[in-house]
Amino acid sequence: MKRNILNIIPVMMIAISVFSSSCKKDIQERNQLYPALAPANIDLDADTWTPVLTASSTFTVATPDAITTPNYLADLNEIKSYQRNLTNEQKDIIKYWSAGSVLRWNEILRELVAKHNLPPYQNNDGTYPAPSAANPLAYPLFPFSNPPYAARAYAYVSAAQYDALVQTWKFKKQFGRPAPYKNDPAIQALVPKSDLPSYPSEDAVVAGVTAKMMELLFPGDLDYIQKKVAEEKLYRIMAGANTRSDMDAGEALGKQVAAVFLARARTDGAGAAIGKPEDWKAFETNTSATGQVPWISLELPKRPPMLPLFSKVKPFLFENSTIPSIRPPAPYSTGSPEFKKEADEVLAMSNDHSREHERIVAFWADGAGTVTPTGHWNVIAADEFVKHNYSEVRWARNFALLNMAEMDAAIVCWDAKYFYFNPRPTQTMFNIKTLTGIPNFPSYTSGHSTFSGAAATVLSYLVPEKATQFMTMAKEAGMSRLYGGIHYRSDCDAGLASGIKVGEYAVNRAKTDGGGK
Amino acid sequence: MKHCLQYIFKYCLVVLVCAGFFQPASAQTENDALMIPKNYFCAAGVYTHNSWDHYWEGTFKRENLNLGTISSNVYAVGGNYGLSNRVNLLFMIPYITSNASAGTLRGQRGVQDISLAVKWLAVKQEVGTGLLSLHAIASGVIPVGDYQADYLPLSLGMRSKSIALRGLLNYQVGRFFVAGSGQYVRKDNITIDRDSYYTTEMHYTNQVAMPNATNFLVSTGYRSLKFNAEATLTKFNTIGGFDITKNNMPFPSNNMDATMAGAIFKYMFQSIPGLELTAGGNYVLKGRNVGQNRSFFGGLYYVFAVKKDKSDK
Repeated sequence: MKRNILNIIPVMMIAISVFSSSCKKDIQERNQLYPALAPANIDLDADTWTPVLTASSTFTVATPDAITTPNYLADLNEIKSYQRNLTNEQKDIIKYWSAGSVLRWNEILRELVAKHNLPPYQNNDGTYPAPSAANPLAYPLFPFSNPPYAARAYAYVSAAQYDALVQTWKFKKQFGRPAPYKNDPAIQALVPKSDLPSYPSEDAVVAGVTAKMMELLFPGDLDYIQKKVAEEKLYRIMAGANTRSDMDAGEALGKQVAAVFLARARTDGAGAAIGKPEDWKAFETNTSATGQVPWISLELPKRPPMLPLFSKVKPFLFENSTIPSIRPPAPYSTGSPEFKKEADEVLAMSNDHSREHERIVAFWADGAGTVTPTGHWNVIAADEFVKHNYSEVRWARNFALLNMAEMDAAIVCWDAKYFYFNPRPTQTMFNIKTLTGIPNFPSYTSGHSTFSGAAATVLSYLVPEKATQFMTMAKEAGMSRLYGGIHYRSDCDAGLASGIKVGEYAVNRAKTDGGGK
Repeated sequence: MKHCLQYIFKYCLVVLVCAGFFQPASAQTENDALMIPKNYFCAAGVYTHNSWDHYWEGTFKRENLNLGTISSNVYAVGGNYGLSNRVNLLFMIPYITSNASAGTLRGQRGVQDISLAVKWLAVKQEVGTGLLSLHAIASGVIPVGDYQADYLPLSLGMRSKSIALRGLLNYQVGRFFVAGSGQYVRKDNITIDRDSYYTTEMHYTNQVAMPNATNFLVSTGYRSLKFNAEATLTKFNTIGGFDITKNNMPFPSNNMDATMAGAIFKYMFQSIPGLELTAGGNYVLKGRNVGQNRSFFGGLYYVFAVKKDKSDK
């Protein structure tokens, strides 16, 4: 027994030390490595760029106190008192936000989209409850940020941020008050220094406009959003980049700009996009009347189609009347040999157990509980934009171009889906198995392809040296739906083509908005 | 007393694999107090069928008409080699197919992970009228197949490397025994095919931090030279992980807990020395973010001497 114990102890010691040192546990996430934003060009002329909605709006920002006034000196003293005793937690806050305000708020938006991108669970009687904006915290939580909802949310937030920053640049140039670290040598700049006037603060404008937009888009998460606003305001003060008066003025301006966008959002038709049971039925009967097999929900219990009237939502880049000119030609007739041939191809994909296909399907799936396809393209854009050292206003402008195109792509795609009301491959061929969940709406055209075509077109204009790469990614995203057994090839091809058309509207806007490339 | 030792030493062990989809992967290769003697080898082939139609989404128990019944077939081969009378080396490698009876999601098929274990009979001591033994078991799991882990509930496993330590106490009186064991499993991060994912927050990486796990087992039963019968109660817990949100898909780093009741039977053919037949099952009584799995297994073992040993026998 004694000998045993003498053996056991060293063996256990070795085992435990091997044990505790094995297995990787640390993960470095990409967005933790983003450097502090140090714009290569501060885009001082951005006050002349064309805003989306606010070209003729009037906003008010109070004239700032002169830098010799007691109020301003008190502001400086506040900064100094923070800087004297920065905790590690406060230093982490500075590091996080220094990557850029538009970037971090885009991430916060993506996070909320992913959190809310869950279809409601059925009622006991097999019907489905709908989320209610009036009661966002009751189940099902409001919103269900499905791909069209999310595309619209990204668009409104990005466009409002862009307009708010164009307005900010006007006031910055009007008042010309330099950053605190330029007024008092005792104040350290804990972020890269800038010659941009600091009143009103661009960070506070972005926080103010975004938080206000979120009151409409994510009304159940305002505690989290306000915590982020407070954190960002504190960050700029602690970093010596803005005074409290810069922040307060910025936040107030942001809210004023948001009001313009909120007024549009409340009347853009999205609230009625869910449709009514008689609308849902009409799609089916109208399609049957043309001799085509109509789409039916493949979910159990059968779920009403996702936002069938989203096609009526007011686009950003063109009028509703333009939509029919972008609508792709009719898909193959459900009785035609071409249709059968395409279904056979889907079946072949379904039987193909290639690991590479599985990888592509999973990479682009962007289904329930994710940032959605638009969010994925925002991730791709953000990872690219950080390399370019854009000013905040250019970050906002580029995201606005991308996301207005994405929202309009959603409108155009939903128009095709409900205009043709075409069945999914698995509806007509029961032996097709899918590598990802089947979205609950008609097949033609592929949403992923449309979103990706639009996104790649906008990003290719903004970063032309990557154009080939973006278009290759868009095509792969489209094909992922064929490999996954949930779309016909023509759904993907037609979706990509109309996505590119929508993207070109954004590119044409970009060519004349004053921002250049 | 001599008899007792025979029971412990002579027989190949029960090998059973729970496939890792949506329920804790646990290769219970090393889970009993049985050892094979020096220079003996036990070859094993085991078939397991798993199925469930209810699962826990967090603590909410539900069915899913779009999945129907999730089932899998596990075809495993394994072996156990007696390095000495006190140290056994074990391995096991399964081929798995999975299927959903409803909806359209495609099942997976392929080789899962190899499990390796060193089992050490650290202490054996007469206590009262019985024999008390203590085993220390170190084991590791290495993914072999290039399967997709992030495809729950139909993935073949978690594709996570892991390392585990187990202590196993067995007390045998005559033909009856009672045993208890505790295991701690440390898991490596896994790589998924996506470049970002949401848990309770967004993650911008293709790496997923997997929660470690504990596994406790109590068992009691009867062992003779011809027949074994054993009842088991297993409690598997991940340490950390998050709940599946309502109507969401499961994710590899979910908080997965399960309490399972099971039975194991073994028959040793007297006519063909070394040949054994085993069968049994497990049922999840209570769980969290796992399927209420019902598993049945049957296996064949063959124990034979690899070379004559003069020193120890």
